[in-house]
Amino acid sequence: MKYVDEFRDPDLIRNVSRELAQVVDPERDYRIMEVCGGHTHAIYRHGLRDVLPDNIELVHGPGCPVCVLPTGRVDDGLSIARHPDTILCCFGDMMRVPGTQGTPLELKATGADIRMVYSPLDALALAQQHPEKHVCFFAIGFETTAPSTALTLLRAQAQGIRNFSIFCNHVTIVPAMRAILDSPDMRIDGFVGPGHVSTITGCRPYEFIAADYGKPVVVAGFEPLDILEAILWIVQQLHAGEAKVENQYRRIVPWEGNRAALGALARVFALRPYFEWRGLGFISQSALALRPEFMPWDAEVQFEIPGVRVTDPKAAQCGEVLKGVLKPPQCKLFGKECNPERPVGALMVSSEGACAAHYRYASRQLVEV
Amino acid sequence: MCLAIPGQVVEMDAVQPLLAKVDVGGVRRNVNVGLLEQSELAPGDWILIHVGFALSKIGEEEARDQLRMLRAMGEDELAIEEVRGYAFDAEGAAHGAAG
Amino acid sequence: MIAGEGTAAVRTARRVRFDDARIEMSHGAGGKASRRLVEGLIAPAFANPILAALSDAATFSLGDRRVATTADGYVVRPLRFPGGSIGELAVNGTLNDLAVSGARPRALMATFVLEAGLAADMLRAEVAAMAGAAERACVAIVGGDTKVVEHGFCDGMYVTTFGLGEVEGDTTLDPRSVRPGDRVLLSGPIGDHGITILLARGELEIESSLRSDTRPVWPFVEALLRACGDGVRWMRDPTRGGVATALNELVRENELAVVLDEASIPLRSQVRGACELLGLDPLHIANEGQFLALLAPERADAALALVRSMPGGEEAALIGEVRDEPARTVLCVTPYGGTRTIDMLVGDPLPRIC
Repeated sequence: MKYVDEFRDPDLIRNVSRELAQVVDPERDYRIMEVCGGHTHAIYRHGLRDVLPDNIELVHGPGCPVCVLPTGRVDDGLSIARHPDTILCCFGDMMRVPGTQGTPLELKATGADIRMVYSPLDALALAQQHPEKHVCFFAIGFETTAPSTALTLLRAQAQGIRNFSIFCNHVTIVPAMRAILDSPDMRIDGFVGPGHVSTITGCRPYEFIAADYGKPVVVAGFEPLDILEAILWIVQQLHAGEAKVENQYRRIVPWEGNRAALGALARVFALRPYFEWRGLGFISQSALALRPEFMPWDAEVQFEIPGVRVTDPKAAQCGEVLKGVLKPPQCKLFGKECNPERPVGALMVSSEGACAAHYRYASRQLVEV
Repeated sequence: MCLAIPGQVVEMDAVQPLLAKVDVGGVRRNVNVGLLEQSELAPGDWILIHVGFALSKIGEEEARDQLRMLRAMGEDELAIEEVRGYAFDAEGAAHGAAG
Repeated sequence: MIAGEGTAAVRTARRVRFDDARIEMSHGAGGKASRRLVEGLIAPAFANPILAALSDAATFSLGDRRVATTADGYVVRPLRFPGGSIGELAVNGTLNDLAVSGARPRALMATFVLEAGLAADMLRAEVAAMAGAAERACVAIVGGDTKVVEHGFCDGMYVTTFGLGEVEGDTTLDPRSVRPGDRVLLSGPIGDHGITILLARGELEIESSLRSDTRPVWPFVEALLRACGDGVRWMRDPTRGGVATALNELVRENELAVVLDEASIPLRSQVRGACELLGLDPLHIANEGQFLALLAPERADAALALVRSMPGGEEAALIGEVRDEPARTVLCVTPYGGTRTIDMLVGDPLPRIC
């Protein structure tokens, strides 16, 4: 596969790995956060830990949309599926995310009409095929995914499709990064920036991290070579005493982002004053809601949403893992009460969550606790 | 956090101009290209696909540049190793590079 | 009259608890949840030495004959898909459970649960498909049963097949005969069946020219057993839950490790493409016409050459080996020297977008 296989070339990976080994200062540690769950997944999936110097520690960030979705929002979404003649559509990732009364899959097994879709457009098509039903799309995701929801909604509006709605849970990554940077126990030297979010937002939104917090940010792709090269650039910036935003993923990410997508976001969404993140708490201006003119398609307006609040289980130390204070296996619940089959904490929920990725892929015997 | 995969445009939909048939490793799906700024998309182009939408057109030149630099990194290594083969102050050279 | 194989009789099963309130789809997906259901709820009630082995087929002695029996229910949507249909699956799947237990298939029985309103032509086609598959494998379908349920109570038709086989010679295929150093042979590319079904459902709107790999594997097994004797330690057809789940079941049984070489695992481009697009791991995807064989190291190359020389075995590969450590773990080494753990499938494989 072009643009995949070249970036998994074992010879080139050895080059970067060797270069990193030579460049790192053995006298110090490096704590680098990969913000995006896709990076976390790739790091474990490709076993990249094994080709990095020991004194580079990777801290897995908050960029996993199903992980940070509060349990109460899952309950709220599932309450929609309990309405008669209603089809609730979710991405596959959502199907196993537990609310207080079970997961979408479990509710489906009891007879609710919950369907998995690959694209929000597939949910809209379902609404057109079933004019006698209402179809609600359980929208999740960061800036990467939100434009797809926006375009789907604009199409519903243009075609006057009224038996369709969006339960909007889109969030934005920068406020979460700021929350982590502002946390007093934060100990991170640099960031591997979220490559696919940046196709939409561009690289400018991270400039405050370099300017105000003095931390390097390197926007990176998701293949092994991309991730290793980004880590190398961060190390080089740290050694040079620099802090700047760099774009390692130039083949995909334009520095200024995607104007058409940003335009669609601005037309459809407004920032919520605040939104709850599992593991991080309430963060101001960190999520998107539909603008008032889209009320006819806003599930939060069209349905009576209970507005469930569920506090994170105290014993789960997701917040500490997110901030890099703890490694996944250092959490008291890791692999015991909390495992991918029955997640207690946010980070065990999706295979992109730091803990689930660690549980699933890390060679457990080789892991230092 | 967002799974997106490169695919190659096979054909543009004759009826719906915002729809492209895209090939990923031999499987095909219709992809909405309404988010792309460059409207002149043609069969053979590579795009990045996420939830049925194209997020960006892949820059062939940028990809080639990146790979060329990574390959050059290996050649530099080889050169350094050859120098080390002549065994003068390899330690110092390595520290110099790190400093 | 019926005596269990000695090995199974002494097996001490780890106690598995089943405390789920309801049956969920994941209990049928062949992964961890299925295992909990079977070992925690069903098997304890029927406890006996033959069942304790929990292998694909029960192997025991009847007089001086060693026989294997197996039963399998087939529920698949859609009923027909590229490369096969529920009828062929029902015959080949049961034959393969016998085959990987080292048993030559001798007879099949079939039970149909039919939904009122099912087109007779549909049933006719499936019965013909079953007859064809049985004939190709030289096995007779000697009996069965038919039930009809009200419309809406089943997905067109369900088929259950029961198979009887005769164990070849003194073959014993036992997970605990596997030794460190043994090699893992895989008969061909993985994931064809699972991805074909996933795409045939149409929800994902992905087109491919993939076909299910459903076929009987007995010809390969017979040749391997003849050529390698007890150099063949254990076999399994990696159906639901895929290669990952089959190998995890092995290492949980024998307290060893399997280390796979990722680059050597045969995979069709289209399966890979679909898996990359949907965020799935091909090692978790179901197969219906492949088998895994654990081989003594000195027999491995000959066994590979033999399978490759047979029609349909050209893409077979040695994909890994057995080690002592880390116990109860399946590892995969990436082409650049990274390592990851391959876990059993948790629930159904669901496409990821994030």
